[in-house]
Order: sequence, then C-alpha cells, then structure tokens
Amino acid sequence: MQKADLIVIGAGPAGMAAASEAAGAGLRTVLLDEQPRPGGQIYRDVDRAAGLRGSILGADYLHGAALTARLRSPGIEHVPGAVVWMIEQGFQVSYTREGRAARVAADRVILATGALERPMPVPGWTLPGVMTAGAAQILLKQSGVLPRQAVLAGSGPLLYLIAAQMVRAGTPPLALVETQTRADMIRAGRHLGGALRGWRYLAKGLKLMAEIRRAGVPRYTGATAIAVEGEDRAEAVAFESGGRGHRIACGTVLLHHGVVPNQQAARSMQVPHLWSQAQQCFAPVADAWGRTGREGVFTAGDGAGIGGARAAEYSGRIAALKAAEELGRLTVQERDRLAAPLLRQKARETAVRPFLDAAYPPYAEALAPDDATIICRCEEVTAGDIRSFARLGCQGPNQAKAFGRAGMGPCQGRYCGLTVTGLLASANGRSKDETGYYRIRPPIKPVTLGELAGAQDTPAED
Amino acid sequence: MKTDSPFLELEAAPRVRVWFDGQPLELPDGANLAAALLAAGVRTFRHTPVSGAPRAPFCMMGACYDCLVETGGRVQQACMLEVKDGMRIARPHEAEAAHAEG
Ligand code: FES
Repeated sequence: MQKADLIVIGAGPAGMAAASEAAGAGLRTVLLDEQPRPGGQIYRDVDRAAGLRGSILGADYLHGAALTARLRSPGIEHVPGAVVWMIEQGFQVSYTREGRAARVAADRVILATGALERPMPVPGWTLPGVMTAGAAQILLKQSGVLPRQAVLAGSGPLLYLIAAQMVRAGTPPLALVETQTRADMIRAGRHLGGALRGWRYLAKGLKLMAEIRRAGVPRYTGATAIAVEGEDRAEAVAFESGGRGHRIACGTVLLHHGVVPNQQAARSMQVPHLWSQAQQCFAPVADAWGRTGREGVFTAGDGAGIGGARAAEYSGRIAALKAAEELGRLTVQERDRLAAPLLRQKARETAVRPFLDAAYPPYAEALAPDDATIICRCEEVTAGDIRSFARLGCQGPNQAKAFGRAGMGPCQGRYCGLTVTGLLASANGRSKDETGYYRIRPPIKPVTLGELAGAQDTPAED
Repeated sequence: MKTDSPFLELEAAPRVRVWFDGQPLELPDGANLAAALLAAGVRTFRHTPVSGAPRAPFCMMGACYDCLVETGGRVQQACMLEVKDGMRIARPHEAEAAHAEG
C-alpha cells in the first residue's frame, strides 16, 4: 500500500492550501478529490473556466487559479476522480478511481470536505427543474450552462452572486424570491462592528445587488409559503410577499438558504460534533489548528464550520502547519511564526460571518415544513411521517431510519439529516445535541463488488 | 426526445454521439454528462423506486443521487461522469436504482 505523511481529502480552497503548505514543509502529501480537476465547488474547474468565461464568474472565482497552480509541487500527489468511501484509524483511506478500488495510508488526515447546500424542503422541491443555487453555479463554472427561465428562492449572498452572473451571461433570472425580512436585517445590525471589519464583503454584496437592480430583476423579500408547482417538472413558483400571493411561471427553480458542513467523512470516523446555534447546523468540535476529537484527524474549511472560501484557505494552511510540527518537520517556533499571520487573516475573513448569519437566516418554513412536504428525497419520507415517528417514541435520527427508512437511501441523509434532527428535536422538546444526527458508517459513497475485485490493493489483502 | 432546452449553452464545443434511452443525442465531448443531458433537453433522468416520481439533477456535486443513470452496466451519478463518444445511457430500472443504494 502507498504510504504518505499526510492525506488531504477534498481539493477545494482548504484542501488545496493545506496540501501546498504541507508539501512546502516537507510532508509527502496525497490529495484525494472526487472531481476530475481541482477547485472544489467554489473554484470548480477554474483552470478551464477562467479563460472561457472569467468575466462572467468574476475576480473572486479567478483567485482559485492561484491555488491550483501551487498543486504542481513534487511533494503533492493529487489524485483526481478519487471517491473516498472509507477512512480507517491509523490512517488508511479507501477510495474508488476509474472503477477500481485503491488504498493509501498516512500518519495524519486533513478533512477538507467542504459544504453542502442546507436542505430546503418546500412543497415540490423534488420536481425535475428544481436545483440548488450551488448546482447552477457548478453548471456555469464547469459546463458554461445556465438556466434560461429561472426563479431564485431563499436567502443569502450566494443568491446575489448567481443572479449577477446570470445577468452578465445575458440570461437574467425572472425573479429573486427572498425569505429574509427587514427585522432580520435590523437584528443583524448588532453585528455590524464585525461586518465593518469585513467591509469588503458588504461592498461586494452591494455591488452585486446594484447589478441585479440595473438588470431590472424583480426582488421580493420576506417571502413565505414558497411552493414549486408542476406535474412532472417545475412549472411555477408560488409564494406570499408584501401581504399578497404571487405566482411566477418558470422552467427552473434554484433554492438556497445557506450552506452547512458536509459531515459525512468526519461522522464516519466518529469525530464529535456539536450544534451551532448561530449557523443552525452541526459542526465538528475542533481547536484553532483544526484538530478534532480524533487523534491525528484535522478539519479545515467550510467542513469545519462555514467561513467562506478565503477563510477556508487560511484554515487549510494552519492545519497543515500543525500537522508538519506534529510530524517533526517544523519546530513549535517555526510553526507559530508561520501560523501567526494566517490566524490573523482568518479572523479578519470570518469577522463578517455573525452579521451574515443573522441577516440571512434559514427559511423558517423549510426548517419545520408542512406535514405533506417530502423531507427525505431518496425514500420520500414526509415531515408528517417524522412527526408521527416522534409520537410513537422516536427520539433521534437513527431510530427514524428504523421507523420509516428516512436517511437510508443513496444520499445517506445528506439532504435530510438536519431536517430530521430539527423536526424530532422540536416534536420531543429536546435540544439538537440531545437529538443527535444519523450514525454514518462506511462506505460513505457506494462501492461495488466489481470495484473491489479490480482493486490494486484491496482491504482484504492485508 | 424533447430538445427545447430550458438551458443556455455559452460556448459551442465539438460534439459526439451518445444514446439516451435509445435516442441519439449530440453532446459536447468530455462535458459533464448531467450538464450535457440537461442542456440537450432531457428533463427526467430517473424515476424513484418508492413512488415512481420523476427526478433530475439537484446538487450537481455528487451528493443527492437524483441524477442516477445506467451506463457501462452500472447505475452511476451522471453529474460525476464525462461525455464519451458512443456512450449508451439509460434511465435506470427500479431494481437497479435501488441496488445503487449505499
Ligand atoms: S445531481 Fe446530485 S448527485 Fe448528481
């Protein structure tokens, strides 16, 4: 089996920065990533897309090319197309690539598995034509494909970004249906101090909003009762805003109300997680270096708690410095000298977060959907089903699997886990931490017998 | 097969022929398969094993499994594959879609 000093999982900003910092400190680093080319979701395919459509995507996106460039180091083995399905103590990481299973070992692991869109269960959200706003960004970055007749619904800065990019590409969205209210913005005001330290974000946000306004895209705020209508595909979005009902016919609906840490890999290693009230999600418990409760396992980037792409980059480098010190490649003094500016820059990047979290809270009706709304897309379990499981004594998400297959489909709870936790917690009058989350067991991505049979180094061999 | 696409393609790329449920489609060589099928006007990628409801790509990042198709003898996520000349793609049958469950 191949042996390295460090395995980094995920080639987004945190993972790319971690790998290059680690290699710079002399660690033999293997960077495993699912995608054919580096960048993660935020810088997806930046090396190809920058030249083709950089002016639509904007300068923040193009920054990703600086990170991919640094991967061309002899100390880094970047393995693209590697779908990680098991991480064992020690550490041995099993993955599938081009239909064959393979395995690599190392003394330290940095989980840089990024974020997922927060599940936004509204009536009709399973219809073809309904996608996450993140999916639309990926379509644009990787493929140069954009929806022509789209309505964007939810809240958060990403909606403004994708709307502005659509305007630049010549196919503006039909409308922005925003769920945040003036009261949210006023409440967010007490975090304005932090926000002003992150004033660049605010300035960028205002610029995007101006672009959207100039294009004449209608904006509705404080939207409630959002539902996607259609028989076998999305045909319209219905909602209430400003005291009256609206219905906008469209072919595509893009949903977004924030992103949350992708917990699958960390949970599968029993890394302890705690509920974050401010970010309304679970995040792994970690110290300032990104060290988790599992010896030798680090977490960096949005997977450690949502901080955005730049903060992810700093946190990846910080974790790599700590790993290099633990493995004897840096002294404690060298580590601290190198980390000090990174810790400062990371703090500056995350200063705006409390303001953003308060100004763009999750859409309340998607956190506690109507009984009839599907919350587990794979097994088509509804919010009412989960509430009825609670009445029968179901205390936590793992029991919900036994009661009604919630979370047992191929996505392994990625798009229902937080909803199930929230529904059970409120039905049972218990906290989110008491209610807990799905137990995630490997394989965290499906692996077939054929892939195992074709393995270069199967787990069974040693 | 419907080809009036609800999607706009910004650039033209060299195309290759693939088959989706027996129908020929000309898709950009090497493109992301899910994106290329959407742009070609494919609306429904699969039907759920539970109720038979139609589904199509939702996340485009390998997490939701709503883009499952059958190709190369396996049920796979279209958003994690690239278009190759001569590819044969089908909507997965119920049993196989269920089989893909992790
Ligand atoms: S679209 Fe979600 S896994 Fe492919």
